[in-house]
Amino acid sequence: MNSTNEGASASHSSAAIKASLKKRYARERRFQWYGRMAVLTGFVFLLVLLVDIVGKGYPAFTQQYIRVTVDFSAEQLGVAPGASEEQLAAANYLGVIKNSLRAMFPEVDSRKEKRQLYRLVSVGAEYQLRDMLLADPQLLGQTREVWLQAHSEAGSYLKGQVSAASAEADRKVKDVQMAWLDQLRAQGRTESRFNTTFFTAGDSREPEMAGIKVALYGSFFTLLVTFLIAFPIGVSAAVYLEEFAPRNRLTDLIEININNLAAVPSIVFGLLGLAVFINFFELPRSAPLVGGIVLSLMTLPTIIITSRAAIQSVSPSIREAALGVGASKLQTVFHHVLPVAMPGILTGSIIGMAQALGESAPLLMIGMVAFIMDVPAGVTDPATVLPVQIYLWADSPERGFTEKTSAAIMVLMGFLIVMNALAIYLRKRFELK
Amino acid sequence: MDTITVLLVLLALSVAGFFLGRRRSHAVAAGEGGARALHSLPKHYGYMAALWALLPALGLLVLWAVFESSILANVVIGELPDQVQQLPESERGLYFNQVVSYARGAIDAAQLDHVQVTAAEHYRQLLASSARFKALLVSLVAVVGGLLALRRIAPKLRARNHVENIFKWMLFACSFLAVLTTLGIVLSVLFEALRFFQKVPVSDFLFGLEWSPQMAIRPDQVAASGSFGFVPLLVGTLLISTVAMLIAVPVGLMSAIYLSEYATRRFRSVTKPVLEILAGVPTVVYGFFAALTVAPFIRELGESLGLTVASESALAAGLVMGIMIIPFVMSLSDDIINAVPDSMREASLGMGATMNETIRKVLLPAALPGIVGGVLLAVSRAIGETMIVVMAAGLSARLTINPLEAVTTITVQIVTLLVGDQEFDSPKTLAAFALGLVLFFVTLLLNVVALYVVRKYREQYE
Repeated sequence: MNSTNEGASASHSSAAIKASLKKRYARERRFQWYGRMAVLTGFVFLLVLLVDIVGKGYPAFTQQYIRVTVDFSAEQLGVAPGASEEQLAAANYLGVIKNSLRAMFPEVDSRKEKRQLYRLVSVGAEYQLRDMLLADPQLLGQTREVWLQAHSEAGSYLKGQVSAASAEADRKVKDVQMAWLDQLRAQGRTESRFNTTFFTAGDSREPEMAGIKVALYGSFFTLLVTFLIAFPIGVSAAVYLEEFAPRNRLTDLIEININNLAAVPSIVFGLLGLAVFINFFELPRSAPLVGGIVLSLMTLPTIIITSRAAIQSVSPSIREAALGVGASKLQTVFHHVLPVAMPGILTGSIIGMAQALGESAPLLMIGMVAFIMDVPAGVTDPATVLPVQIYLWADSPERGFTEKTSAAIMVLMGFLIVMNALAIYLRKRFELK
Repeated sequence: MDTITVLLVLLALSVAGFFLGRRRSHAVAAGEGGARALHSLPKHYGYMAALWALLPALGLLVLWAVFESSILANVVIGELPDQVQQLPESERGLYFNQVVSYARGAIDAAQLDHVQVTAAEHYRQLLASSARFKALLVSLVAVVGGLLALRRIAPKLRARNHVENIFKWMLFACSFLAVLTTLGIVLSVLFEALRFFQKVPVSDFLFGLEWSPQMAIRPDQVAASGSFGFVPLLVGTLLISTVAMLIAVPVGLMSAIYLSEYATRRFRSVTKPVLEILAGVPTVVYGFFAALTVAPFIRELGESLGLTVASESALAAGLVMGIMIIPFVMSLSDDIINAVPDSMREASLGMGATMNETIRKVLLPAALPGIVGGVLLAVSRAIGETMIVVMAAGLSARLTINPLEAVTTITVQIVTLLVGDQEFDSPKTLAAFALGLVLFFVTLLLNVVALYVVRKYREQYE
């Protein structure tokens, strides 16, 4: 009796368990899928971000040119034959360009259409002609075929970014300009080249003339200052905390401060820079010097924390051996511990520098957002940095700047990838030891 | 002589000190049986002389650079006529700034009155004599310091210990810089914020429901017009941070669980670094992505569903900020989950629980305090994040919790108030520092609590 009862209940409960097992396994599979979905979501976000940037940015690496027949006659330029260099520099190149364009399209006569016609070539074209003539004064009185930079809107049509399909009111390139450009293309008067201007020019109001050279120099100077300050101080601090610091309240205070500074929002460092370095010490605004100081304060915690980890991982036998043959504590550290820890320290420093290279918020506070066309010659000249240049261009409504922004982002990310790859390479080599 | 030249002279003196010190150590040792009689190596005596020449003079140079301009300014302002003295502080500052710019040749005399021109001449003379005096004094201190050290050199002098002690103090000074930085942040923000609170009552700032700093700049308007209410900014910040957390916490936490409990070692070693790229992308890039891609996308999506979405919606900024924080949450949770002892996992699995039951019923409850700490750190990140919201969130302070509307945040307002012209006597500029103060203390509080919770949690399993 009893046994059958027990058997029945046992089979009953095992059936219940079996039924619930199915549910539990299903739930297990579902849970695993959630995990996969989460990982996948991260991947998708990353992919969308990269594809979006690259897709928007790659056209910026080409630049459109239009071949124009330019008549360098003295009469058209408004100068006397045999004019001096100064007179040549002030000559009427704009008029020459306008005449050449009109000569190509003689049917254009209304004011409005003429203005459209002149907008085919870049505002910078007159300077291009001026430089040509100043470099070779023999050109005066001759006629030449010259490749002039296209205006950014005309360029975007030539690149195929704008098409006639959209409503004319929505685009800056008008139908009549498109017809001219098609005609020029048919005559082989248009050409696409690698955009060297982007790497050799400073900021400009015209997208086709804007470049990142000034921002690159600014970033270089800023990072230089950051490195020169943060690296020695960070390593010294790490050495002190790991090798010399006594266990007391003061050391605790320093450690707590370092950990907290690592989590302070970057913009707060900008406020510090503004109040202390610019208002109190009266250092120059917009200068890589102040930017570098602020960024070095910001990256110090990173460098200190990673350097400490690197110093900690040096095997104690090295220290003991050095101390054993009579080296002082300081000699032990500087001659034996630091060289072994150096790859780790460099890894951390490079990561800190990469952070500093991508940082922009604190630099906005200290005035590195100015419109700057001249390459800075030193750390006290006004400059801007690459991320801030990206911020400035991202604010400009012209479509030409959107593409420039993405291209600048690609350059910035390129630098970051190189720096991080270097850090990973060093870490790998370090781990092998 | 300018500062660079003085520095170079100083360095030259210090190098000379090194060689003289080394030579002198040889000289004093010669009588007592050569270099063996010395307590330390000859180069240590050299270092000692060099440091004695360099450090005091360098200190003097720094002090000079810090106090020079304010002392000179006081001297020159003190000599200005009475009617200038009686001007309000800000106007007097402006008046004097013109003098300084003229003395530096930045503006021409046409913009100044003759009092300013004479003052500028005087200022220029003072500046020149201060520079000469500085060069002289600094060199003198360097020479005296070096000579003092040289005189002390004797075979019994423990030069190595002496030099190493100085180095140790220099190392200490480097690490103490962290404390000075914090102090600098607190003081600079606090000082300007206090000036702000003299013009706008604290209660208006903390409890005011309206934020429109532009209003107070008109001269006929009283600053304390109640337009510096901080509540809408706080609500906006929290709204965007909440959206960000709603993205980052589930995705980050689930990824961490999957990668640490289910994934094979190889999958993990590839996936983790790839996801961590998200953490290395500069924030300005996220800002651009949010403003030009995500915001229009969300707007169109909303419109196709019949919703009105602002073009700078909190949703877009929050979403992108969430993406940025995913790797942060992921690696923090990963550390926390790995810290749970394996015995707990094994006990649960041994009882017949499935993996997900183990995770949900055993691992997560055990790891909860740590995860909460990690999330708090992530929240502090989100609150302090600047570029994404500057580029993708709005400027008008609206008191709303609808993520489809445009809101503004604390960091956005700091940037808008401080980029461009700054007047350090208008509440508009000072308000940025008050906001900075709030931001600093809120993030500090979150970090301290989070670090405390995480540490307690770690200790529990150690």
